Amino acid sequence: MTRTLLDTGNHVAGFGAQAARAEVVAAYPITPQTGIVEIIAELANSGRMRAEYVCVESEHSAMAASIGASASGVRTFTATSSHGLAYMHEMLHWASAARLPIVMAVVNRAIGPPWNILPDLNDSLSQRDTGWLQFYCASHQEIFDTIIQAYKICENSKVLLPAMVCFEGFILSHTNMPFTIPDQEDLDSFLPRYKPGWKLDVNNPMSHSTLSSSDYYMELRYLIQEAMGNAKESIPAVDKEYADKFGLPYHGGLLEEVACDDAETVIVTMGTIGSEAKLAVRKLRDKGHRVGLARIRTFRPFPIEEVREICGRAAAMAVIDRAISFGMEGQLFTEVQSALCDLKKKPLAMDFVAGIGGRDVTEADVEAMVMHAKKCAEAGQVDQRVTWYGLRR
Amino acid sequence: MVTLKEVAKEEYILSGNASCAGCSATLSIRLAVKALGMKTIFVVPACCTSVIQGVFPLTSLNIPVLNIPFASAGAAASGVVSGLRAQGTEDITVVAWAGDGGTVDIGIQALSGAAERGTNFIYVCYDNEAYGNTGMQRSGATPLGAWTTTTPAGKKEPKKNMPLIMAAHKIPYIATLSPSYPTDFIEKFQKAKATKGTKYLHILVPCPPGWRTDPEMSVELGRLAVQTGVWALFEIDNSVFSLSVPSKPLLEKSRRKPVQSYLEKQGRFRHLTEQAMSQIQLGVDEDWEYYRKINQTKICP
Repeated sequence: MTRTLLDTGNHVAGFGAQAARAEVVAAYPITPQTGIVEIIAELANSGRMRAEYVCVESEHSAMAASIGASASGVRTFTATSSHGLAYMHEMLHWASAARLPIVMAVVNRAIGPPWNILPDLNDSLSQRDTGWLQFYCASHQEIFDTIIQAYKICENSKVLLPAMVCFEGFILSHTNMPFTIPDQEDLDSFLPRYKPGWKLDVNNPMSHSTLSSSDYYMELRYLIQEAMGNAKESIPAVDKEYADKFGLPYHGGLLEEVACDDAETVIVTMGTIGSEAKLAVRKLRDKGHRVGLARIRTFRPFPIEEVREICGRAAAMAVIDRAISFGMEGQLFTEVQSALCDLKKKPLAMDFVAGIGGRDVTEADVEAMVMHAKKCAEAGQVDQRVTWYGLRR
Repeated sequence: MVTLKEVAKEEYILSGNASCAGCSATLSIRLAVKALGMKTIFVVPACCTSVIQGVFPLTSLNIPVLNIPFASAGAAASGVVSGLRAQGTEDITVVAWAGDGGTVDIGIQALSGAAERGTNFIYVCYDNEAYGNTGMQRSGATPLGAWTTTTPAGKKEPKKNMPLIMAAHKIPYIATLSPSYPTDFIEKFQKAKATKGTKYLHILVPCPPGWRTDPEMSVELGRLAVQTGVWALFEIDNSVFSLSVPSKPLLEKSRRKPVQSYLEKQGRFRHLTEQAMSQIQLGVDEDWEYYRKINQTKICP
């Protein structure tokens, strides 16, 4: 039976793991992710979720236990935030290079000091090179759908990589929004039981992740790059299949495109700023401005071709980064610029670093940023490559 | 009592492995898997066994092995145990097989967590009393006075007593082992296999390159460690401490060989003065006074 519920983003993530029939969950609590571990502990304890729940003593151990469970051949889920994700860093590399399709909810939260429990994306973006797929969600429905889709994408033998399903703390984790959970039988047919390509098997003993020389290491790394390419092909197809099967909205595959066809100015952003940007686009369109939005859903694999196509048509581009790579610029801006660098005709590009440490970014703020970029485009030059939007000093 | 005749003929660590000559860690793997049988999964953090397996695509271990980063053996093994249980598999023994650095130092948190959760597995610390893989740097298990590359004048602190730390976790079975006493060794592995919950086995493994000894001395050094009382063989079975057969007579001080006979055979103790050796002897005698008090009693109640 299809159900429409009203609940928090954290509970949605827990319901996603339940609906995906994750068999082992190893997690450690951290604000603002705690709601996920609590709901899963409750679901597992009451028997509504048939899963082994491992109350590990740290995030490093959460990922280690997830690796062990996944290597034993079962579907594995975990969740974390911020410092917890940073503490896992070593194990993140291990999970992807061991080719284990673990799915992890990452509730984005700023990193200290100073302590701050509010959202920005620096936690997950600093895990960029760990070999994990990274999805960024903008709604409760998208959190649920992406968890289901992530397993389907990651368990594909051509991919076999882990995925982070990221969403911003408090903005999504602690707020209620309606969402639809499709019928479980239909979900089971969309996402059948996990059949691992390899596992720890006493009848077929192998040493997994053993010592390797440079004769093999480079090729093993190339295979991960190739798998990311395969994931890129599969992500839009799986998103489409899911939307069609369940009559739910298509999230856009690698990126969600809003009114980009004739857009002179394109906003590029991720996460919930994308929701604010959607409203801003609607308003500005009503006022006659040809503005569009490309909300990046997958930071890894990065949608290079799609970004080139959309932004290559535009005169100006406002990238909004809820993160900063110190000594450079917003991480998304760097990636987008890199995707566009060899185009003959490039849009005038501006980076807006905004919403750091949970500072609010509203539709009106997005409107102001995009109009600023538009003005610069009309004047033919950028006043500042990177603007810290709303910075007080 | 197991006799050597009853020990499995099957070999699970194959010839052509990459261990050093005279490696008693390898001997320990050989005996351990013979005792446990082929339905065993090893979880191995960074340690000499990462190397002993050999280089991809070859392996010398004929059981499944999950290699895992340094600090994570206890946790990764927990994950394997949960994964097997989720699949309804109950007849496989999961063993975390870690060195002393991976146990008493960087891996102690994950081990403590796994033990506190009552994870059904055997955690083995094979202890050569230093970071052997990286060329003998001091660990928390390095004994007083021992030379390592990071204690060039000898270690100033005593060895961390890991079995008693594990006893404080109130797990059902703890034992100390030496591959120089193979029947005692095998019995303890079999007992650990038959016990539900977290089992902790701590093996002292003489290490020729690290201890600066000749490879053919390893078995004898293992015996001397026990005979001098430096390495007491005991069990803590449901919190009851009892000295094992080879060590029990040594409660009588006269039955213990002087520690000097153990120390003087090793290059890592070559710099020790008479005075330093008697200080070590004093420490060992104190340990045995303690063993006398706790033998056949419930500890950490």
